[in-house]
Amino acid sequence: METLLQQTVNGLVVGSVYALVALGYTMVYGILGLINFAHGDVLMIGALVALEAIRLIQLYAPDLGLIPTLLGGLGVSVIVCMALGYTIERTAYRRLRNAPRLAPLITAIGVSFLLQTLAMIIWGRNYHTFPQLVSTTPLEPVAGVFITPVQIAILVVSATLMVALLLLVNKTRLGRAMRATAENHKVASLMGVDTNKIIAATFIIGSALAAVAGVMFSSNYGIAHYAMGFMPGLKAFTAAVLGGIGNLGGAMLGGLLLGLVESIGAGYIEDMSFGFLNSSYQDIFAFVILGIVLIFRPTGLLGERVADRA
Amino acid sequence: MSDATKPLLQLRDTKISYGAIEAVKGISLELAKGELVSLIGANGAGKTTTLNAIAGLLPVAGGEVLYDGAKINALPAHKRLRQGLALVPEGRGIFTRLTVEENLRMGAYCRRDSDAIEADMERVFTMLPRVRERLQQVAGTLSGGEQQMVAIGRALLSRPRLLLLDEPSMGLAPLVVEKIFEVIRSVAAEGVTILLVEQNANLALEFSQRAYVMESGRITLTGSGADLLADPKVRAAYLGE
Repeated sequence: METLLQQTVNGLVVGSVYALVALGYTMVYGILGLINFAHGDVLMIGALVALEAIRLIQLYAPDLGLIPTLLGGLGVSVIVCMALGYTIERTAYRRLRNAPRLAPLITAIGVSFLLQTLAMIIWGRNYHTFPQLVSTTPLEPVAGVFITPVQIAILVVSATLMVALLLLVNKTRLGRAMRATAENHKVASLMGVDTNKIIAATFIIGSALAAVAGVMFSSNYGIAHYAMGFMPGLKAFTAAVLGGIGNLGGAMLGGLLLGLVESIGAGYIEDMSFGFLNSSYQDIFAFVILGIVLIFRPTGLLGERVADRA
Repeated sequence: MSDATKPLLQLRDTKISYGAIEAVKGISLELAKGELVSLIGANGAGKTTTLNAIAGLLPVAGGEVLYDGAKINALPAHKRLRQGLALVPEGRGIFTRLTVEENLRMGAYCRRDSDAIEADMERVFTMLPRVRERLQQVAGTLSGGEQQMVAIGRALLSRPRLLLLDEPSMGLAPLVVEKIFEVIRSVAAEGVTILLVEQNANLALEFSQRAYVMESGRITLTGSGADLLADPKVRAAYLGE
């Protein structure tokens, strides 16, 4: 029972990170019908830029408190990733707007390799220790469950961002234009919407979320690495598909569910397989889920209205 | 054309192509301010293509499109709307996942004068009472007639000077068509210039001051609505006689 509770908490933490990244996938898919496979690498750039910024802050302003230092690093990383997201859309995807759908998809994979290679050139191939500015020492256990301050921060920040995003998309003029553009680019432009700007805004918002997710991921695990975006990227993609790609609520639900399944699964995989597998095989769960969803419910849990826009 | 002022819209030998296929093979037409003109013709004559090119959804392959005296050949669609050129597209183009109110507000997307927008919403409701009853409904659940009304109301909320209407009667029951044409008439009475594309030639000709007849990408006839209605060629080709 304690294992279950503990793994539930861990799962919600990991799941919130997946959910933030999944939102970026699902927003871009909703508006362009494109799976932006470079999205996980934006998370990686976010973590590494934050790491670099924190190092600089610690070098030049060593008296700054831990939290302001982290927020400074996070701020720089969010801004850099927003610019990166815009640049990727502008240079790689915009010119392929009317190309067959396979072309931008392959381009996305190319952008992913490009970002990883650039990061490898800049930051090398080694793992970097990510400074633990928010404590990762567990607090006093409640009902036998340990939770760390950084985990609490992750839960609070991601919940806040998700609510903010829902408000933005559902209640503002920009959000209305995003939904209109997602449904029909041509008619949206007949309303005076500059659809290119709306698409750029979508990439910028998604990239900002990815940057935050990257900093959370690295703060939680204490490392950053040029290839660290690959696995969370794939998992978040799985989460978006699980929830119903193109659906914001679906991405959130899918992210949390995936985190829970993976985490609870990892807690019991040793018993379930009679000791044959251990928790380092936890990635199995995400991809088994991806397979099952694609076979039995390709529109995902909440996505009934995914139409293939020709 | 009785009005001596310069035309609001002018096409000069305009050509429109889909790849290698020339759908509109050089047409010229003009609309004076405040006119209600219709463009009629058989399926595939190039009427919708022409409207889409005027609205900026399709590139012009040759000739000129002049709006309010300026050449707008290369102006993107969203900038044309900002100059008062609105299209109610074929099939209505309702945002089916947005509510009726959100659809209407999309029409006012480029406006910042929120008081005037609210006043214009009220005017739309007066003209189209059924729209008010459905404000919070997801637009995809509306009937075809209601969707057409939302589409027209949405276009009016941009305060157009030139309103392009593509087959507003398509797929609607006669009573609903009548209602919609009544609305179009009252919009025209307010001084909005209207270019109407219709397959229902009888209705369109009775309704408009002047008309152009299109055939295989060319304009073959033009004249007042009444003259064309009386023209034996038009009667034979488009009125089923």
